[in-house]
Amino acid sequence: MTGTDILLSLRGLTKAYPGVVANADVGFDIRRGEVHALLGENGAGKSTLVKMIYGLVKPDAGEMTLMGKPFAPAEPKAARAAGVAMVFQHFSLFDALNVAENIALGMADPPEMRDLAKRIREVSEAYGLPLDPFRTVGDLSAGERQRVEIVRCLLQDPKLLIMDEPTSVLTPQEVDILFATLRKLSAEGTSILYISHKLEEIRALCDGATILRLGKKVATCVPRETTAREMAELMVGTELHVPERAGKLPGKVKLELKGLSAAAPTQFGTALKEITLQVRAGEVLGLAGVAGNGQDELLAALSGEITSAPGMVVFEGREIGALGPNGRRRLGLLTGPEERLGHAAAPDMSLTENALLTGAEREGLVSNGFLKWGKARSFAEAIIERFDVRTPGPENAARSLSGGNLQKFVIGREVMQRPEVLVVNQPTWGVDAMAAAVIRQALLDLAEGGTAVIVISQDLDELMEVSDRFAALNEGRLSEVVPAKGLTVEAIGLMMGGAHGMEVAHV
Amino acid sequence: MLKLEKRRQPSRAWAWGAPVVAVIATILAGGLLFALDGTDPVAVIRTIFWDPLFGQHASFYRPQLLVKAAPLVLIAIGLSLGFRAGIWNIGAEGQYIIGALTGAGCALAFYPMEGWFIFPLMVICGALGGCLWAMIPAALKVVFGTNEILVSLMLVYVAEKILASMSLGLLKNPEGYGFPGSRNLAQYPSAHNAEIVAGTGMHWGVAAALIAVIFAYVLLNRHLLGFQIRLTGEAPRAARFAGVVPARLVVFCLGASGALAGLAGMFEVAGPSGQISIDFNVGYGFTAIIVAFLGRLHPVGILLAGLLMALTYVGGGISQSAQGLPAATIQMFQGMLLFFLLAFDVLTNYRLRLTRREVA
Repeated sequence: MTGTDILLSLRGLTKAYPGVVANADVGFDIRRGEVHALLGENGAGKSTLVKMIYGLVKPDAGEMTLMGKPFAPAEPKAARAAGVAMVFQHFSLFDALNVAENIALGMADPPEMRDLAKRIREVSEAYGLPLDPFRTVGDLSAGERQRVEIVRCLLQDPKLLIMDEPTSVLTPQEVDILFATLRKLSAEGTSILYISHKLEEIRALCDGATILRLGKKVATCVPRETTAREMAELMVGTELHVPERAGKLPGKVKLELKGLSAAAPTQFGTALKEITLQVRAGEVLGLAGVAGNGQDELLAALSGEITSAPGMVVFEGREIGALGPNGRRRLGLLTGPEERLGHAAAPDMSLTENALLTGAEREGLVSNGFLKWGKARSFAEAIIERFDVRTPGPENAARSLSGGNLQKFVIGREVMQRPEVLVVNQPTWGVDAMAAAVIRQALLDLAEGGTAVIVISQDLDELMEVSDRFAALNEGRLSEVVPAKGLTVEAIGLMMGGAHGMEVAHV
Repeated sequence: MLKLEKRRQPSRAWAWGAPVVAVIATILAGGLLFALDGTDPVAVIRTIFWDPLFGQHASFYRPQLLVKAAPLVLIAIGLSLGFRAGIWNIGAEGQYIIGALTGAGCALAFYPMEGWFIFPLMVICGALGGCLWAMIPAALKVVFGTNEILVSLMLVYVAEKILASMSLGLLKNPEGYGFPGSRNLAQYPSAHNAEIVAGTGMHWGVAAALIAVIFAYVLLNRHLLGFQIRLTGEAPRAARFAGVVPARLVVFCLGASGALAGLAGMFEVAGPSGQISIDFNVGYGFTAIIVAFLGRLHPVGILLAGLLMALTYVGGGISQSAQGLPAATIQMFQGMLLFFLLAFDVLTNYRLRLTRREVA
């Protein structure tokens, strides 16, 4: 390898925030046309690092060179001008505008709409990402929206494309299409910095990998020659504890949905259509699906935030569709929503107050309408203790906790209330591997004790790990529920809606 | 370069320090304005903030403080419940007027009969009147999803028209030589909201305000309903998850603030004011909004803020006669106070950091 082969070189990059060093002396090289993985847990410093490359954050120390020249972008515009493009995990698109308008908005000097539309068609077809420039973004699937973001980047003819967790919103089939595009780009000499914590994907796609832990580079490896387990252990720094469970026979039916339908609560929400399922005592039912296919709505319909005809939700033989959240809690149907801050917990309220938020009913924290603060505090302390929530104490605000710790708290809060049925949505989203293992183990223990558990998740590995039976949500409909054992990735992908009608232009 | 940095959690010190700093900033900025205008700032500030409490005629002004503070505190306590939950009743002035009308109307219906039950009945009528007036925006919001800010505010102007109509028509004093305005309730012993202890300014409205402070404190800190109010304000989605029914909260908060504003109007018309007249309302319902925020939407804070605001009223009145300052001075002070408070409030959630300009 000669020096000219190197596109981007990082040396000694360091960035500290008050109280935390996000990156310490990180350095590695990305060759031309290389697909380079940046691997690490949440909080390992991946985001900070790419933000420095993209000009969103300025390093405290260290230097970067792009094509042999010093590279210090003051802002994203400068980075883009130098040939660095980025596709963010969260899309920045306007639902009400069409594809071409959205792309024009991000351009410094947009061409005529007709010319732009033509270019969008050309570029998107050249890279196997067919896209109609005049479709309204609000009508697109998550995979198609990602295409918009990618095409937006490709129009700039980038030398380096940064992709932040691009597959978290895709079905396996859509992932294949994306990978084909990325491979073509790489073959043409575009380098790709690929951020992920999904190890099998990295093994399938990437030429090299840099692993970060707690802000430091801990290893580089060639993913194809390294096992997923080895990479995971490098990432976490200890041996991974895989949740375990004893095989058992499921008990009687705890919760039944009979043709549950509900209108979309918001304009861009998803309507639930005829969802039918049963979940038995002692089993874990895993529900997969790409984001935005009715997960939030299903959780709300189970928690009681959305009510339905009484007979659509049946709990231990009782029709409860019209019951509100507290009525369902009283019976033992508990839920844990996806959004930690603002939905499962009130950000500025203390942990004691947040313990009260769902615990009031079953933990007897209220008598005659008056609050028992002492008891609420003990309940919060019990959750903190049992789930090893790292916080100075229950009087701290929920938002002062890290994502993983708050997640342990809000899931722990429901687990500690001895639910008959527990429904959780994305229980380990954005949580470090250690906390995720604790949470999964708690869910499995709960099922062991006879609770019926429904896990809604976009993480297929997680679902395969915990589920007894499996189904997928697609545009508000639920697929057939099947035993999880022996399911192939292809079968799961088809249940999730396959490629959502997206096709590859053959290139 | 100055930079705002979000705090990990809200600063308790600043949450309570901001009102104090805002008062000081208001005094400084106000003094500066007077100085530019050629008036001695020290004398004016002294007249407004010192004389009513400790000046030569303080014994005359101190009771006035209670008289002015009582309606402000009473209304602000009610408003703070809704404000905590993100339910914005801006029309307390209208509920205040309607409460005065129903309270006085009740008394005048019995005139000239005497009886112990008349005053308590007026209290109930006053509260009910304000409450029902606030139920209009509440019902419209719950049923049609209208914005309670606009509806409650517009209803203030409707209430003012009803007030004018009542002083010229239905409630006009038949022995008033044709002048607008009702009979003077101060001359109707059964209906008069007299001072509980003579010469202190302590009338039943002051007692009611103190009871409201205690009631609100217990509600917000010890009761599930208060918890739900705070939760709804902090995180509406989490509140629904916790089983709060938003419509019920809208009705309660608007109803309670309307009832308290109505009570304030009733105590005012039966006591310090004495009669229904076209210009009966003097803006307590609007000033109470400032009081509520200045008091951090906290019952005890509101009590202190109400007293402070009463001080600007009384002190401003003195400065009008002593220094010949325009009446708008008080409003200017109150406006600046709210302005500075909101500005310093930023520091509760953010900290200021001096950073050196980074080299690009």
